[in-house]
Amino acid sequence: MKSYDIVIVGGGPAGLAAAVSAKENGIDSILVLERDKELGGILNQCIHNGFGLHTFKEELTGPEYAGRFIEKTEALGIECMLHTMVMDISKDKVVTAMNSEEGLFEIQAKAIILAMGCRERPRGALNIPGYRPAGIFTAGTAQRLVNMEGYLPGREVVILGSGDIGLIMARRMTLEGAKVKVVAELMPYSGGLKRNIVQCLDDYGIPLKLSHTVVDIDGKDRLKGVTLAQVDDRGKPVGGTEEYIPCDTLLLSVGLIPENELSRGLDLEMECMTNGPVVNESLETSMEGVFACGNVLHVHDLVDFVSKEAAMAGKSAVRYIKGETINAKEHRIDLIPEEGVRYTVPKYIRPENMDDVLTVRFRVGAVVKNCFISTYFDDKCVMKRKRPIVAPGEMEEVKILKSKLAEYPDTKKITIKIEKE
Amino acid sequence: MTQTEKIYDVIIIGGGVSGAATARELSRYKVNACVLEKEEDVCCGTSKANSGIVHSGVDAAHGSLMAKLNVLGSEMMEDLSKELDFAYRRNGSLIVCRGEEDLPVLQKLYENSMKNGVKELRILTQEEVRALEPNIADEVIAAVYAPTGGIVCPFELNIALAENANVNGVVFKFNTEVTDIRKEDDGYELYTNKGVYRTRYVVNAAGVYADKFHNMVSAKKIHITPRRGEYCLLDQAAGEHVNCTIFGCPGKFGKGILVTPTVHGNLLIGPTASDLEDKEAVSTTAEGLGEVIAKSGLNVKNLPYRQVITSFAGLRAHEDGHEFIIGEVEDAKGFIDCAGIESPGLTSAPAIGKMVADILKDKMGLEEKEDFIATRKGVLHPKDLTKEERKQLIKEHPAYGTIICRCEMISEGEIMDAIRRPIGAKSLDGVKRRTRAGMGRCQAGFCSPRTMEILARELGKEMSEITKSGEKSKIIVGTNKDSL
Repeated sequence: MKSYDIVIVGGGPAGLAAAVSAKENGIDSILVLERDKELGGILNQCIHNGFGLHTFKEELTGPEYAGRFIEKTEALGIECMLHTMVMDISKDKVVTAMNSEEGLFEIQAKAIILAMGCRERPRGALNIPGYRPAGIFTAGTAQRLVNMEGYLPGREVVILGSGDIGLIMARRMTLEGAKVKVVAELMPYSGGLKRNIVQCLDDYGIPLKLSHTVVDIDGKDRLKGVTLAQVDDRGKPVGGTEEYIPCDTLLLSVGLIPENELSRGLDLEMECMTNGPVVNESLETSMEGVFACGNVLHVHDLVDFVSKEAAMAGKSAVRYIKGETINAKEHRIDLIPEEGVRYTVPKYIRPENMDDVLTVRFRVGAVVKNCFISTYFDDKCVMKRKRPIVAPGEMEEVKILKSKLAEYPDTKKITIKIEKE
Repeated sequence: MTQTEKIYDVIIIGGGVSGAATARELSRYKVNACVLEKEEDVCCGTSKANSGIVHSGVDAAHGSLMAKLNVLGSEMMEDLSKELDFAYRRNGSLIVCRGEEDLPVLQKLYENSMKNGVKELRILTQEEVRALEPNIADEVIAAVYAPTGGIVCPFELNIALAENANVNGVVFKFNTEVTDIRKEDDGYELYTNKGVYRTRYVVNAAGVYADKFHNMVSAKKIHITPRRGEYCLLDQAAGEHVNCTIFGCPGKFGKGILVTPTVHGNLLIGPTASDLEDKEAVSTTAEGLGEVIAKSGLNVKNLPYRQVITSFAGLRAHEDGHEFIIGEVEDAKGFIDCAGIESPGLTSAPAIGKMVADILKDKMGLEEKEDFIATRKGVLHPKDLTKEERKQLIKEHPAYGTIICRCEMISEGEIMDAIRRPIGAKSLDGVKRRTRAGMGRCQAGFCSPRTMEILARELGKEMSEITKSGEKSKIIVGTNKDSL
């Protein structure tokens, strides 16, 4: 059996950044396993620009952003296998993988970094009633057909869900010659970035209908139309508000789900709010030496943050292999999301293993204007940052300083909450 | 379109499970037979959207043809699953009772099923039910337990029967819709969108349309109501929520909403029952899906509804008398009805096929073939192999090493097999029903573009010609900027 110090599952932005970081931190024996035909993951189909403003201080397209990391990976001589599916990971860190050239094979790893990304919620998960014709796509599937293969999936389009992929696809379909009739969003606010609403909908005159959903799908063979209806504050359709919109295509951008089948196979402790594994300050899961980063951990909206997070996972894996991790199980500080904060990544901190600055990422549950993001060490408010607006579509963060925590050595829990003025 | 007349001894209208079972049984004999199917594939109507249950025969009325063929079909299913290599598992059925007032119903069911000849039947106490099913609702106080009840993959059963019939010489004509039937001196003329077919015998296995064809040749009319049933399918993560198939006590519209594992490890809940006029109305409704969710929770607790991955609806071919109508039509010699095949129709299919074939054998004096091939191998699933066997397989056929559908872990090799075999897949749905590619939790989000590529390559078609299910369901409509 071949063996590597670090095996990374997934060659998308998270996997590559983790690999680069691990190498730069002093481990040479690294293998990246990628199921697709090329590295870069979902970025390869994100041909719009806007990537890399934080990381590279310039505006790149998805493939360009991925390209930077692919070049780095190659320059550092990191080994990658394409067309390779990881079938199983055992508790003693044997990775079973498969491809057409080598067949089914096993690799022994000292540390494993999970970077499998996420998948889109399908129509079925929403239980939208109606027929099941051709012409219903998740936004990402349509994006792949259009951006990577040059095929137009439809000409008259309704988009359900105003997540970023839905917004980006509204613009893309318009640019490729389709008519996007409306973007409907179940919630009273968009799930996407503000800049995408402006640049992808407003600039093209595409209407966004908030608090609306699809209540019926018409067409036995190919989609003929959908019925939209307004929803009440519990998300239930309001009778009498139905409107039939003829269209041949329905794109769904209704949420992303981390792809954690391998994690579940490993019996990792999972966080129900994120659908990702529970991790500590080192992004280590409930199993020692198994780390997670990127969209498999929690769904991000900016790839820059994925890269940063993944670099942290890479660095932590190196520390683990070098035996530099201090496993002080009794000294653990839980991070508690409260009042509008839905979850935090990480979920707990072992202060001995903290870097000087620890970035805690989270999402809020609703749009709140003129508020503070407050951090409490036990009952003591140690940080308060003013925000004109926070929204579920935009990931937030707070930075916890090791030096600050050292001032409160008896801290049992750190609470993060949204507070009004 | 050709107008040339095609002449057969027997034409079977409909490639659903009854038509395919008949074709398979008939293919034992020296006979020139053909199946006409209006869709692009077999298993496209009632046979594809049902509970996938092999009923033990508990509730079919004693003395009915339905009860007889149910028990017979259930007994035949295991051997057939081995002969034709389709997924079948005897997981047992529970008919549960939620209150004292249902106890007499339970007792009656028990007596009825004893008369039907259902084996190994027992009445369980509340404690016994709990021991068997930890997630049974607290209100359940007793149950009839039928260990012979089972589950089957309805697609595989239908497809296996059709493939085997085809290998043994039965011709299948797809996209061929019968529009009119005329009685001739020595048989029938079937008018279709693909020309006229002549035949001595007709088997009417047209599902919800069986009344239409029957009424074309007989003065004694029958009436079939499409009775819609809606379902929700849950992810494999929920598949072990129950072990047995859990039914409520039967009511006026049938067996009510059941909760069952599927042979492939998903959890299925449904069906509703609503009578319609439209024979194509396989749409789900908000009310229907709401009812499935609400009522499935009556007998089973803690159902993880968040794990619903898809919903669908099917139409039962409900005949007014709620009985199978199988036999030669009195005033139409040579026209064999196979009508009113609703639940337990899937269970009964092996017995129905044999019954219809026997009728034809007697009438036509058919002789058995010496070279009948009784067995069929299904699509090879590497998942079922040992690691060593799988390694060897990939060495010989590298396409089995490339995973296309990541949710169900289906390889390119399996998809190629599904396309290349007799009566092969022609569309995404065809591939899905034969391999499960696209049937998992992402519902073909990731694999559909890749499966389309494989279909295009294998069938020698353009990507733009690939369909979801039949020629009117094209998936892509053009190329970027083609209208600008």
